[in-house]
Amino acid sequence: MVSGAWWAEPRRRCMSADTLVRDIGTAYGERFGFSMPDRSVLRTEKGLTEATVREISEAKQEPEWMLRFRLRALDLFNLLPMPSWGADLSELRFDEMTYYAKPTEGSSQNWDELPEEIKDTYERLGIPEAERKFLAGVGAQYDSEMVYHHIREDLEKKGVLFSDVETAVREHPEIVKRFFGTIIPPDDNKFAALNSAVWSGGSFVYVPPGVHVEIPLQAYFRVNSQSFGQFERTLIIADEGSFVHYIEGCTAPVFSKDSLHSAVVEIVALANARIRYSTVQNWSSNMYNLVTKRAFAYENAVMEWVDGNIGSKVTMKYPAIFLMGPGARGEVLSIAFAGKGQEQDTGAKVLHFASNTSSVVTSKSISKDGGTASYRGLVKVEAGLTGIKSKVECDALILDPHSKSNTYPVMDIRSENASMEHEARVSKISEEQLFYLMSRGLTEEEAAVMIVHGFIDPLVKELPMEYAVELNRLIELEMEGSVG
Amino acid sequence: MEGVPMKGLQIRGLTARIDEKIIINGLDLTVEDGQIHALMGPNGHGKSTLANILMGHPRYTVQEGAITLDDADLMTLDVSQRARRGLFLAFQYPAEIPGLTVAKFLKRVADLRRDPPKNAAAFLGELKENLKFLEIDPSFVNRYLNDGFSGGEKKRMEILQLLTIRPRFAIFDETDSGLDVDALKVVSAGINRMRGEGFSALLITHYRRLLDLVRPDRVHILERGHIVASGGFELVELLEQDGYDGIRRLVGGTKEAVYER
Repeated sequence: MVSGAWWAEPRRRCMSADTLVRDIGTAYGERFGFSMPDRSVLRTEKGLTEATVREISEAKQEPEWMLRFRLRALDLFNLLPMPSWGADLSELRFDEMTYYAKPTEGSSQNWDELPEEIKDTYERLGIPEAERKFLAGVGAQYDSEMVYHHIREDLEKKGVLFSDVETAVREHPEIVKRFFGTIIPPDDNKFAALNSAVWSGGSFVYVPPGVHVEIPLQAYFRVNSQSFGQFERTLIIADEGSFVHYIEGCTAPVFSKDSLHSAVVEIVALANARIRYSTVQNWSSNMYNLVTKRAFAYENAVMEWVDGNIGSKVTMKYPAIFLMGPGARGEVLSIAFAGKGQEQDTGAKVLHFASNTSSVVTSKSISKDGGTASYRGLVKVEAGLTGIKSKVECDALILDPHSKSNTYPVMDIRSENASMEHEARVSKISEEQLFYLMSRGLTEEEAAVMIVHGFIDPLVKELPMEYAVELNRLIELEMEGSVG
Repeated sequence: MEGVPMKGLQIRGLTARIDEKIIINGLDLTVEDGQIHALMGPNGHGKSTLANILMGHPRYTVQEGAITLDDADLMTLDVSQRARRGLFLAFQYPAEIPGLTVAKFLKRVADLRRDPPKNAAAFLGELKENLKFLEIDPSFVNRYLNDGFSGGEKKRMEILQLLTIRPRFAIFDETDSGLDVDALKVVSAGINRMRGEGFSALLITHYRRLLDLVRPDRVHILERGHIVASGGFELVELLEQDGYDGIRRLVGGTKEAVYER
């Protein structure tokens, strides 16, 4: 009798050396779900009234035009109906939320100047380290305000602007007034109206003509409070021929009561500019994430959304690209992971308003443990255009019989001879794939994780390496114990 | 033999079914260490099924019998445990795993070996050498495992895994099917490279052309779920001349015949 296994016991994880570098298997609660005591210096009362909006505006010492913008938006919010489609929002309680909490008196350019607990939070999340290693600038929002904002000096010298939106309202009103609320007007939808009324924080980025920001800028959004609403507003303008890659990440403590994150992200890519916007959304399981994101791409501009949705209770998010000028291109890469109790209702919208424009939408979703992942997309081609190309590809992987995947693609094509492609596939991990990998010595769980990683690999590759590692890690976390 | 330690694979009185249908029926087979045996037989009589059962495919239920490798009982082990004991199956139809690169996969399985490569450089050195030996373009390792591979590429991939994993016992399930002459030569060279002490194998095939290149120590004929004839290379020649009817005439009414000239 030969004693023991012929081969060494496998290491617990299957990923290649690069993803094994960090410890894996720490639960969300420990890594991201912690909270700090509330030390906010200003906090509005629970619920949303005109007084709430005035208090926020007052705290920000805003110009009159912004207060008027907010109040009009509040009216719209009260008028507009809840979406009649999409995810289940019946448990969302607007009255239970706190709409504004100011964590510190001012924003800082130095991590060391932040209050200890806030600094600790970001250090646990690895943000200062990431900034040192591979980012050109970082903004960090804590509840309602950006508490930290810093950009590398060389970029500042080239005229790149990177600040919170409040600072931009004060210092660059001409740019803000020209674009703010024009890409996504407050009456676009109920949640855009809500954001417009109570917006706070978010990033303002302006890249001057011809400037290429080769290293990404990042914003990190952290919610610390309970039953809280975070409503940042981001405005990015890439002037002619410029390039910028902007990344956002987000996490929150795990609480028993729900919170709400409702952002508005407005992007403008002027002629020949290129913008890539990457999101790794990892909210806690008590977060409603209802976000409106839209980009205008002018002549020969390129807009790319890379949208990863792992966390939250409910997400409704459909990054949009309006192709406004001839030769503009748009691309949306979307990855959604719906686990226990999660509904990921995500997708993309591309509207072709000019000739010779093209778009590619690639969506991959994974659902397990009763989660629901839905792709909801729109491709619209206006009348009288030529040289239009669009391709939509949706792949869904369902890991168990309790989980669901839906696809709601809409195509509204009003020009003749537009080249449209649409493919949708739903698959399961096959017994033959598992058998094959296990016959090489992988355990069943490891084999399943490898197949899932393989499924999303073409998209994960598009993320900067550190984020690809993080996303892989998050998915391994989600996959833990899911097989066998 | 009982009670005496034996290296190699032993199958005793194996009866297995899928759903209610008996597919393997009282099969005995011994492949001693260092030997390569051929397993031939008409389609639908259980050759591939036997390969899958040995590997532990969950679709089949073993009703009776014993399977041991180097005297260790395989029956209580699942697929991956069997693999880690040193069992390897070269698939007739390897599964496609989109998104998993060949390089990543091979690194992982090499690390599972009893003597894993010392570091990434050692692994790469070994991989390069194997690729060269199997006449595989190095860019191959950046492709996704079997995804969109031609039949021949898939078979080479199986042999590349064989050389990477270095199993104790390998089953080749019609590895020669669909190969052109050049590919067949490469695949055969890969199998022959493993040949020797500490390795034994079962070659499932319909054709002599593989067996001319990988000369079996013994040949078995499988019909109706068990071995009906065992012998030397002459059995292959007989089969080539007279087909399975020739074997049946030889066997006559008996359950099993041993044919030695």
